Formats: sequence, C-alpha cells, structure tokens
Amino acid sequence: MAEKFISRGFKGRGRETATALNERIPPGQYETKDFPVLSAGPTPRTSLERWDFSIYGEVAKDLKWTWAEFRKLPRETVMVDIHCVTKWSKLDTVWTGVSVDTLLKGIDLDAQPAVGYLVAFCDGGYTTNLSLAAVRGGKAWVVDEYDGRPLAPEHGGPARLLVPHLYFWKSAKWVRGFKLISEDRPGFWESLGYHNYGDPWKEQRYTGD
Amino acid sequence: MAQQLKWQLGTVVETRQETPEVKSLILDVPDWTMHLAGQHVDVRLTVEDGYQAQRSYSIASPPEDKYLMLTVEHIEDGEVSPYLTDELRVGDRIELRGPIGGYFVWNPRDRKSEGSPLFLVAGGSGIVPLMAMIRHRANSHNEVPTKLLYSSRSYADIIYREELDRISANDSSLRVIHTLTRRQPQNWMSYERRIDRAMLAETAWQPAEKPIAFTSGPTALVETVANHLLELGYKPECIKTERFGPTGD
Amino acid sequence: MRDNNLRLDGNAAGGLLNEIFRFEMTAAEATCRGCGTTRPIGELILYRHGMGATLRCASCDTALIRITNIRGYYRLDLSGMSCLQIEADIH
Repeated sequence: MAEKFISRGFKGRGRETATALNERIPPGQYETKDFPVLSAGPTPRTSLERWDFSIYGEVAKDLKWTWAEFRKLPRETVMVDIHCVTKWSKLDTVWTGVSVDTLLKGIDLDAQPAVGYLVAFCDGGYTTNLSLAAVRGGKAWVVDEYDGRPLAPEHGGPARLLVPHLYFWKSAKWVRGFKLISEDRPGFWESLGYHNYGDPWKEQRYTGD
Repeated sequence: MAQQLKWQLGTVVETRQETPEVKSLILDVPDWTMHLAGQHVDVRLTVEDGYQAQRSYSIASPPEDKYLMLTVEHIEDGEVSPYLTDELRVGDRIELRGPIGGYFVWNPRDRKSEGSPLFLVAGGSGIVPLMAMIRHRANSHNEVPTKLLYSSRSYADIIYREELDRISANDSSLRVIHTLTRRQPQNWMSYERRIDRAMLAETAWQPAEKPIAFTSGPTALVETVANHLLELGYKPECIKTERFGPTGD
Repeated sequence: MRDNNLRLDGNAAGGLLNEIFRFEMTAAEATCRGCGTTRPIGELILYRHGMGATLRCASCDTALIRITNIRGYYRLDLSGMSCLQIEADIH
C-alpha cells in the first residue's frame, strides 16, 4: 500500500481538534468557529411577498401560512449545537423561529398513526426526509433568524428547518413546507448514500451505519 | 482520450512573484504526459491526520515547455492558495493530477478550429489558461489572428504584463487590449471600466470571420462576456467558458 | 472571501469525472431534461463540497448530474440528463 504523501507545512482550514473532555462534540467531529456554507445549487431569492409555508400530504387538512402569518405564530429563541456530516460542529448557535410542534398543531396526527414521515421541500428543489418522531417534542423549528438577525440567504433565509439533534443536512435551507407521508422516502442526499436518519451521536453518516 | 489520471508528485524548482497577489510555481513533474493549452491540474494537499483539500489550477506553461507552470492567485481567507503562494518553497513537492479538460482547450492542429481568429477574454487570474495558449501560439510561430481583452484591477495587477508586451510587440497578428477597472496610471490610454457590451462590440472579431472565443475568470465576468458575445452574433459552440469562481473584480 | 464553495463549472469537475468514467468527460454534451438545452459538461454549473458534487444546467438550474463518493463507491443520479453524447474514438 503506497504511503500517503504529506504536504509539508499544510494545516488545513482552522480545525481545532476535539478534546476528549468535550462531550458536546460527537464522535469523528471537530469544533469550528466558522460557519461554513455548503450548497448544492444557486441561492434562491424568494421575496417575502411570495413566500409561504405549507403542510399537506396524506392528511385530512392542508395548512398554509404567508410570511406575515408565519411571523405572528408563537416564536422561541434556542441555543443549540449543530453537527455537519463533513465533520465540523459549531457550538452555541442561536436561532429564532417557530417550533415544528406549533406548525403541526392544526393537524390531528393521532387520528392518522400511519403517517409517520415527512419530506421537507425547499426553493431550489432540495428535499430531506425525516420521521415525525424526529421533529416533534421540542426537537425542531422553522427558523428565520440567526444570532438575532434575519437569516441570510446563503444560510437558508428567509427560513430554514432546524433539527439540531441530527446531522445538519437535515436542517433544510430555504424550506417551504412539509409533505406528510406514510412511507419514508429518501431525499436529495439520502438517495445517494447518506443515512436516512442521521444521528451524529451514533455516527449515522451513510446508509448502513 | 481514454486515460485514467493518477496522482503524481511535482517538485518546485522555481517560484516567481508575478504581481503582489499572484505567484507562479514552476514544477518538475517527471511522469508528466503532454498537455494541451487550456487544460488544468487538480492539486491535492494532505495533513498528517489524513485531511485533504483539493483545488484546480490552470496550466500556464505551453505544451512544449520542459517544466509545468501553475500561476496561483492568493485568495484572502482561502484554504489552499495561501499555502501555495506563501508557504511552498523551492524543493517542496506537491501532489497533482492531470492534464484535465477536453472542452476548454486550444489545439492549433485541430482541423475544426483551423483558421478561426481567436478572441481571448480574461478577468484577473483567468489569464492563466489563455497565456498557455498565447505562449504555445508564439512558440509554434502560429499567426492565426488573435486578440486578447484582459481586465485587471490596476496596472500592477496585470499578470505577465511584460511578457505580453514583448510577444505582441514582435507579432502583428496578436493584439493585447487592457482594461483597468479600479485604478489607472497617469497617461493611461486604454479602457478604464469593467468589460461590457460596448467594449466587446469594439474589440471582438466579427461573427462573419468565424471566430472562436475563450473567456475565463470570475463567474460574473465570464457569464457577462458569453451573453454579450451571443447577442453580438457569436454561435454558442464558438464560445468556450471557464469560471474561476467569484474572485477578482 | 473563501475558496471552498466557489461557483465553478464542469471544467473543475473534470478530475472527478475522469475518476468515475476513466476518460475525459468535460467535452461530452449533455441534454437537460428540464429545458432541453444541450451543452458540453464543461459549461454546466458545478456545486461541490464535502458531501458531493452537483452539476446544474446553466439555463434552468436543473441538476443534471449528482455525485457522491462514499466508502469506496461512487453513486450518480443522472435523471436530470435526458441525453449524454460522447465522441467515439475512431482510429
């Protein structure tokens, strides 16, 4: 086996190695103070006049909010750690938005137990799949502010999904709604080998992990 | 071209500061196969713990040169370019793979493009692959009518300025037109703004002459140039583009 | 200005495509299923980062080629491309 060539003096972008002490960093991750932007397409520029958020699918009722209506929903500010499958973790990030529990309130999910999943769909065509269990119970939000300021377009503004307990590709940028389904359907990255669930504490990066 | 490329090592034999932000690396790559003007290499850097970073760099040297030249712009807050421009020394080795590219290439022996006048449009470090073409053309004593429209921030930022002056002074079939977008020296006689439709209308070959255009540099510049050339009547298959990302002006 | 997420084009994917297809692909012509435009792969817009690479139509942003490289396997989604034209080598 050929030895890997090491580039003398190259250190790579500031990657502070995680110390064993830091139990906030999942296995295989390192902490960054940056906020890298990873995009698989052009940054959408949806005007607030045209923006809306919908929930529909295998349920009796469709829900939709305009931007003005969305902004009037009960909001909360949370501080969470986020973990990207490309191995960087960023601690103590602050987001403001609407809990997914609030958004799902108008749907009687208990009456439709077969509906166990959702696909989050976004401007630009990105999708990601999640179980309902993964986004309920105070674990997920649709956020429109980062660090107290309106969410920048390259970070997903006007609004993105935030599911910090899973790898960050599940926190879909430019989110426009959920389609509720009974059968799990792999999204943009999941269909090309990334894990369906994505728990960073179990290192569920790829299918089969 | 059926050939799977392998990573190989090149040794830095010389470095050359071209402008304050831009440095050329001259590499001895023992296993190098011939390349075509316009092609590039992937450069890969590896840290002890296995982390790797990879970027593409256009080949500045023409195919007939003994050594391979890469010309790298130092990008503020970049991950790879500062290593190449500030850390790498003569005697160091780097890992590279190439030559890569069959689309953005100029081969004077290709019968499809024979006789077509060349219109080369560069923004900033986009000059690099076009310089390989210009050097190859000069070395081959090729006289296909060629115009280079080259956008730089200032006089001091013109990469290969003296060499371009020298080659064009000795060759009436090559014309170099500069535009400086941010600062101009006193007595500057050429363009003083970003490339726009009017400038292209004044400098480009007429479509009836069946020209081929190569444009490379920042994404916005490349797309502007390509769109305007289409509007001016160039055929899409005669406009070749290479986007270098948002760097430069 | 960071250089890890530049909006480049298919030329910059040439090395990756050579790894997968074992020959030069940037001059191959791809037809977009979204808008029908045919253009060389070198002219597609490349979005590439640690998770994978996406090549999109320069006219309508449809993803023509999506690539990941996971544990020794490349996976490609070519569903956005309705035709791929490669020049046959004639000797």
